[in-house]
Amino acid sequence: MSENKSQNTKKTADVIIVGGGVHGASAAYHLAKEGIDAALFEKGYLSSGGSGRSAAGLRQHFGTEVNCRLAKYNLECFPTLQDDLGGELNLEFTQWGYLWVAYTDESMAQLEKNVSLQQSLDIPSEILTPEEMKRRWPYLNVERMIGAAFCAKDGHINPHTLTLAYGRAAEKLGARIFTYTPADKLLASGGKITGVQVAGEIWSAPRVLLTAGPWSTALAASVGVELPVTAERHNLLVTETIEPFECPMTLCLDDGAYFKQVPNGSFFFGRDDPDEPKTTESGNSAKFLEGVTKSVLQRIPALKGVRVVHQWSGPYDVTPDHQAIIDWTPVEGLWVNCGWSGHGLQFGPSGGRLAKEMFFGEHTFVDIHNFRLSRFAENDLFMEPAFI
Amino acid sequence: MKEDDIVVCRCEEITLEEIRSWIGKGYRHFDELKRILRVGMGPCQGRGCRDIILRELSRATGEPMDKIDPGVIRPPVKPIKLGLCAYGKEGAPI
Repeated sequence: MSENKSQNTKKTADVIIVGGGVHGASAAYHLAKEGIDAALFEKGYLSSGGSGRSAAGLRQHFGTEVNCRLAKYNLECFPTLQDDLGGELNLEFTQWGYLWVAYTDESMAQLEKNVSLQQSLDIPSEILTPEEMKRRWPYLNVERMIGAAFCAKDGHINPHTLTLAYGRAAEKLGARIFTYTPADKLLASGGKITGVQVAGEIWSAPRVLLTAGPWSTALAASVGVELPVTAERHNLLVTETIEPFECPMTLCLDDGAYFKQVPNGSFFFGRDDPDEPKTTESGNSAKFLEGVTKSVLQRIPALKGVRVVHQWSGPYDVTPDHQAIIDWTPVEGLWVNCGWSGHGLQFGPSGGRLAKEMFFGEHTFVDIHNFRLSRFAENDLFMEPAFI
Repeated sequence: MKEDDIVVCRCEEITLEEIRSWIGKGYRHFDELKRILRVGMGPCQGRGCRDIILRELSRATGEPMDKIDPGVIRPPVKPIKLGLCAYGKEGAPI
């Protein structure tokens, strides 16, 4: 961690990465591994934005092919990632599954459609009846549920140690990572990116990668690139630890509520709320506690005596079709990877690999044409139905 | 007492040795140590460990205690039962 040391180093790099969430840290790692001189700037600590504040689910349940393909690749990476990144930090990877429950025919039809896409791509997801759910997870209240989609290979990872481990591994390979060092603006000249202004100082690089989540919008605008990415605040709570019984991530599209147990025994509860402020500020809503506990305890009443220890919030970086933007921009040398709309953390491994492939002008390992920036101007959106 | 015998965070059983080791690796903020070691994330929410860790950060950085960022303290300040959040004093309707 090279905090506030930017005075003592050369202010040039082959590539500058702006934003130290999982995508930026993973990109730094993948580029440094190829011998590229990468410098990363993060305004707080690594994982302090959306990455570390996420519910940290790892899933292959998506409703668009490109997300399924990338998710499948990521799930192939996670089992060995802790060792691949040096083994110093515990990534707490578990595969306790993802369970999407439906209370309406409409939601059920969507889940069935998603699962048939996933199965066509060799993702081991399945449709379950309420009776089967009750048999596997007797503590769930399946009353009024129509059915569910389940994938046993999906799971959880610690979002902080994941991001920090990518950062530490990148540094060991020679990347320079500057935390608590915000980028003021991007710099371009004659239609080409020239660098980044950092705390009043000019840093030069022929290529800049923007991975700053909802903060990407203002930074891209500083060189005239318009990103349709907006912030949306989402809340979570965590409980005291109880005996782990491997409760899967259980989500409900009908009311946007979800819960899961994490490896140390704590539970996470979350719930979407359209009234939450559209901001990157991480405040706390008192009404969140009541709303989320009512929703979740209805599905897992046995937790009513467990104590909540704290709640937190973090920003999604939302696009009009709830899909990421991964593309070169009209400013030569500037490319972006942002707009993940709440499901970005788990795409960290693929995000870093894609950054490396794009840097070298290689064919990307999955066709990411759908994530292009021009789709908004062309009105060629591709909606992700499985977002929460 | 040796550093590895001194438990600084009782919720997560983190020792003084671990705290000093990660500060030595360059993590100079309470909020960063919290992400790496879970200190301050347990039921006591840092009531036991926060001041001790801030003092260690002050020692390592040479900054006076009042200049060390104490990190974020999140609601609810004391752990409360989920059933109470959902249903109040009346208890669960089910």
